[in-house]
Amino acid sequence: MYETLKPATAWELAGMIATCRERRLPIDVSGAGSKRAIGRPMQTAVTVSTLSMRGIPLYEPSELVMSARAGTSLSQVEAELASRNQMLAFEPIDLGPATGGAAGQQTIGGVFAANLSGARRIAAGAARDHLLGIKGVNGRAEEFKSGGRVVKNVTGYDVARGLTGSWGTLAVLTEVTFKVLPWPEDTATIIFLGLTDELATELMQTAVGTPFEVSGTVHLSAGLAGRLRHDGLKSLGTSLTALRIENFTPSVKYRRDSLREHLKVAGFVKAVDLDAHDSIAFWNELRQLSVLPHGQKLLWRISTTPGKGPRIVAAVRRHMEAEALYDWSGGLIWLEVPATADAGAADIRRAVATHGGHATLIRAESAVRAAVDVFHPMAPAVEQLSRRLKTAFDPDGILNPGRMYTQF
Amino acid sequence: MSLIRMPEPDLGVVARRDVIVKDLEKLLGPGVIIADEDGRRAYETDALTAYTRMPLAVALPRSTSEVATILKYCRDNSIKVVARGAGTSLCGGALPAEDAIVVSVSKMNRVLEVDYPNRLARVESGITNLAISGAVAKEGFFYAPDPSSQLACTLAGNLAMNSGGAHCLKYGVTTNNVLGIKMVLMTGEIVEVGGGHLDSEGFDLMALIVGSEGQFGIVTEATVRILRAAEGARPMLLGFSSSEAAGRCVSAIIGSGIIPVAIEFMDKPAIHVCESFAKAGYPLDVEALLIVEVEGSDTEISRLLEQIAEIAGPFKPQTVVVSSGTDQSAKIWKGRKSAFGAIGRISDYYCMDGTIPLGRLPEVLLAISSICASRGLKVANIFHAGDGNLHPLILYDANDPKQSVAAEHAGNEILKLCVDVGGCLTGEHGVGIEKRDLMGLQFTPTDLALQMRIKSVFDPSWLLNPAKVFPLDTPRPSDAQAEAEAA
Repeated sequence: MYETLKPATAWELAGMIATCRERRLPIDVSGAGSKRAIGRPMQTAVTVSTLSMRGIPLYEPSELVMSARAGTSLSQVEAELASRNQMLAFEPIDLGPATGGAAGQQTIGGVFAANLSGARRIAAGAARDHLLGIKGVNGRAEEFKSGGRVVKNVTGYDVARGLTGSWGTLAVLTEVTFKVLPWPEDTATIIFLGLTDELATELMQTAVGTPFEVSGTVHLSAGLAGRLRHDGLKSLGTSLTALRIENFTPSVKYRRDSLREHLKVAGFVKAVDLDAHDSIAFWNELRQLSVLPHGQKLLWRISTTPGKGPRIVAAVRRHMEAEALYDWSGGLIWLEVPATADAGAADIRRAVATHGGHATLIRAESAVRAAVDVFHPMAPAVEQLSRRLKTAFDPDGILNPGRMYTQF
Repeated sequence: MSLIRMPEPDLGVVARRDVIVKDLEKLLGPGVIIADEDGRRAYETDALTAYTRMPLAVALPRSTSEVATILKYCRDNSIKVVARGAGTSLCGGALPAEDAIVVSVSKMNRVLEVDYPNRLARVESGITNLAISGAVAKEGFFYAPDPSSQLACTLAGNLAMNSGGAHCLKYGVTTNNVLGIKMVLMTGEIVEVGGGHLDSEGFDLMALIVGSEGQFGIVTEATVRILRAAEGARPMLLGFSSSEAAGRCVSAIIGSGIIPVAIEFMDKPAIHVCESFAKAGYPLDVEALLIVEVEGSDTEISRLLEQIAEIAGPFKPQTVVVSSGTDQSAKIWKGRKSAFGAIGRISDYYCMDGTIPLGRLPEVLLAISSICASRGLKVANIFHAGDGNLHPLILYDANDPKQSVAAEHAGNEILKLCVDVGGCLTGEHGVGIEKRDLMGLQFTPTDLALQMRIKSVFDPSWLLNPAKVFPLDTPRPSDAQAEAEAA
């Protein structure tokens, strides 16, 4: 890396990309760099950071919409929203601490570029579902926009949403417009104790299949639960399966009691309640993956059909030790495995291939990330479309080349 | 209606019609191709009935592999294809062309799998929207997007247009409720994106495919999210002495932190027509009516409705009526959902679909009235107020060519207004042919060129759903096809 450029406007950014394109200089596209340790290592000549494109040009609380320049920190966005009692309902997770960085660094552009959603994703949708519009510059050095500031919009193709999860390989976002929601008035969490992975998944699936709008479901093995900061919970010595309810205060009480009753009938009895204060602290801890701290071990993120989660983990465990944190009713698994040269990729991907879904290597030394497919390998037809899409946005392959895939 | 130009058909293809039909019949066997004139006529238009084109032929495939056979043949022979669900598009999205084959998925309408623990259903794309909910209702589940045409419209069409509905204020639109799709490309290749899991791997191709108006491929199967229905739901009616008061009340409700499942708006002309059709108990002496629906247990519902009535207080509602029970609730929704049909019984109309930022509602409603009045036309307003998605229905006489043209001009002016105040041309119906020539109001040439390049990614030879979405005179990026094919 030779230099970091920090354009202050989209126009300036377009000029920089034009120059790089002319000289065939590959660009490391970044915000605050909080996710730099994720993805395949790149060889780039220039770093372009969005950090000087900051600020919130539009916030209409009564329309539930905000626009922020891409380099605005997530913490600033969330503070602004909190001042009007609103939030990003998809509860973006912070991968900083888990990948060796500090917490609270990431930019709002990075949140959407990586499509990072937390526990509430099962009820409220993903980051991509909240994105309404973007402005950006592609690898042709063209400034473009897609979508807008209104929720209902099918004018033209959904290019904005199509850029989520592309990790800066298609375009550099300069501004994002997204939907926001009111903070729930109250919240409560029920934690069931000592369930196996299979029973916990059944519990979580049963809970989200009730009318009580469960807005978070996680399962931690006893080992992971012991790493929680929460004093009461970490000393229990059992696995924990948590269900969250959020709503107006009388509803939270009613729904929590109804849910417990419903689950008792299904045979799930032994549980403790967290009040609003402890509940918020517990889910905030999970947003930073505090139980999977940076260290020697490797970290995978697996998305699958919820019921298949425990089977994938069991299949992996036949080959290696693994600690699993289940989110999204069992459909999202954060898997901590020992450091090996191939990161366990062959065994993990075989298990995922059997049951469906995809696996991404989130944390590993750069040599390992250079050697194995970090993002899930694609079927040939999907790969061809993806390659063409890359060409449509970035024909010379100068934006984050090789970060997601070796081929482009 | 006559403002929208369609390109001249390729006479070479038209001249080869008999050969093409014979070839396809040979490839597919009997019962798939409709070639006779009467048969084809049933497909000559969609719900934008002012425009008609007799298709070259119609294919009704029964499987993904038949769709693949048809598309591969058409691509190898440079024949255009118009994909079709039930033909309920209000924007001419399924309008055929004389040199194109209509491929309708309407025979592919099976439910393939329902998985309650994982909250998903796998279906063929020709299934109607309502049939998905119907298939899972016995366990208390439903499929959330609910366009007014849900009895007839297919999931395939919903996917093509990224359809919404009255209840998407809480549950989102089609793109937020689809987990996976199986799609046939023009080459006959079958692509699967997503599946039973949340969020696709790699690029979000699904985001691009949903809402691509049948221009990328033909989706034959989809995995959709099904949700457990709330314990109960109840609408209330709030009547106001002005549209402005109703509009400000909507902002106040949303701003208060309550997100109802639906907030629907009707103005006086719409209220009267719908009431005489559905006998829903709509108040007839108000200028504007809101239908606000909330969900939950009985106690929760009562509490929320009380709160909403309180919020509405300062806007001096003339009517505050809570639905008395399931019968009245059904009637209230029947009135709303059959509004377009009911108005169609008294007049021809041209249905707009722009979206605006909610805060601009009062001034936009005034401007719509004056735009229509200045052209001597009446307008009825019915729309999803919670998300600012307007449906002004411009009333006109289709047998009067002057009125037809005036209606189209008024419609274009209204859409331009929507864009000018920070909204968009279409909230849920799609661009089709109807808004095609207005795309330049919302997008720069660069924005459009990028979208056209994405079209070339999926369909490099531009054979799918031609002459839709992009203005005919917009130059296609000259290198797009070569780049896509080389990549």
